[in-house]
Amino acid sequence: MGREKLYRAEAVVLHRQDMGEADRLLVLYTPDHGKVRVIAKGIRKPSSRKSGHLELFARSRLLIARGRNLDIITQAELVESFEGLRTDLSRISYAYHVAELLDRFTDEDIENRPLYDFLLSTLQWLAESENLSLTSRYFELHLLDYVGYRPQLFRCVQCNDEIQPVENYLSAEEGGVLCPRCGEHVPRTRPLSMPVLKILRFLQTYDYPTCRRLQLRDAVSRELELVMELLLSHYLEARPRSLAFIRQLRRERQLKNKTKHGTM
Amino acid sequence: MSAIAKPVERLIEAFSRLPGVGPKTASRFTFFLLRGSDNLSVELAEALQQLHTDVVTCQQCYNIADESPCAICGDSLRDATTICVVEEPLDVVALERTHAYHGLYHVLHGAISPADNIFPDDLRIRELVRRLEAAPVEELILATNPNLEGEATAAYIQRQLAGKKVRVTRLARGLPVGGDLEYADALTLSRALAERQTA
Ligand SMILES: [Zn+2]
Ligand SMILES: [Zn+2]
Repeated sequence: MGREKLYRAEAVVLHRQDMGEADRLLVLYTPDHGKVRVIAKGIRKPSSRKSGHLELFARSRLLIARGRNLDIITQAELVESFEGLRTDLSRISYAYHVAELLDRFTDEDIENRPLYDFLLSTLQWLAESENLSLTSRYFELHLLDYVGYRPQLFRCVQCNDEIQPVENYLSAEEGGVLCPRCGEHVPRTRPLSMPVLKILRFLQTYDYPTCRRLQLRDAVSRELELVMELLLSHYLEARPRSLAFIRQLRRERQLKNKTKHGTM
Repeated sequence: MSAIAKPVERLIEAFSRLPGVGPKTASRFTFFLLRGSDNLSVELAEALQQLHTDVVTCQQCYNIADESPCAICGDSLRDATTICVVEEPLDVVALERTHAYHGLYHVLHGAISPADNIFPDDLRIRELVRRLEAAPVEELILATNPNLEGEATAAYIQRQLAGKKVRVTRLARGLPVGGDLEYADALTLSRALAERQTA
């Protein structure tokens, strides 16, 4: 970064936290500086001209002044609000998940322009997708790729043999799939069914327009979610929090459907 | 910090844990109190002590109050057929300032924010649903903040109330997106209240 007093940046707001009287601390993801933390002063006052331009998950063009500790936003102009994901609670829950993962998997001031572009694409997909969980799995798998944790899905991570179409094992610690022989001797693995492995490989190999056409059975979709959670939790050393909210909404929806159809 | 007396250091440290107070402001506060000839320190100490012994949460609306039920819930002149749902106690203060609202409140104490570990069950939403089941009301005004977390919380509450016979309204769009309710001026707020719309 240069040492000039003011700089321009485009950014997506990942997280916000109230600070002081009417300020907010924002966590942004930017194309040139990766993740940055900045202060938006007076933003909680309705009179603030910046507030509508710095909503969560919004893409904005900013003018930022260097501060002694944290930089300060002096101007903000909304570029894209991803309106479609603001008006639907399920979409919001997935956007929370995506923003949380991006925040937790990246460090400050490390440029990663492809990841920024991928974030923009993902928000757009979440605003339109008919299959939010599949879109989310696609994001998770490729996020791991972008931050250097691409899981090995084609060869056994221990013996390097090609993985056969049988039930194999997954090890988060080893970063990929284990053949049945090796899997038996490695602690903390989970069985990985062939249908789920196929989907994982497909998601890892093809682009989103191709992957979005996949139709998954409920059981496969559920296992896929658990497999990805295992991988994510290993690298984060904690479970992704927003996943709990996504699951709560799903549980409540299923409960409601059951009551409606009188099968309870 | 070793050049500073222990009690002074301790107070500076405590002040600097408050939101928006840095070490500099914390030192200013501390030395102001130290130099002060009046009884401010004693008053502060008493007020702080009472904060946790004499303040309760109203068991009906969950606002912070002197007693439960609070003065608003206990006021028979207020319109018990309308409940206004807000995020924070300070939002109640802002709405009361308008003198335009005469119903009751329900304070959630936050908004949904999974990354901060704030889930629906951490807010007073279940209590709200129970409250409506125990004593049905005609109108529920969702006055959460006009930002994403506030909208998500309002949408979640609406989902919980699906099929219930209550008119759910949302404050009018006069409030700028992204701002907090507690900072809205009384005029804007009473207008948003008057022009509230069915959610
Ligand atoms: Zn092997
Ligand atoms: Zn009360």
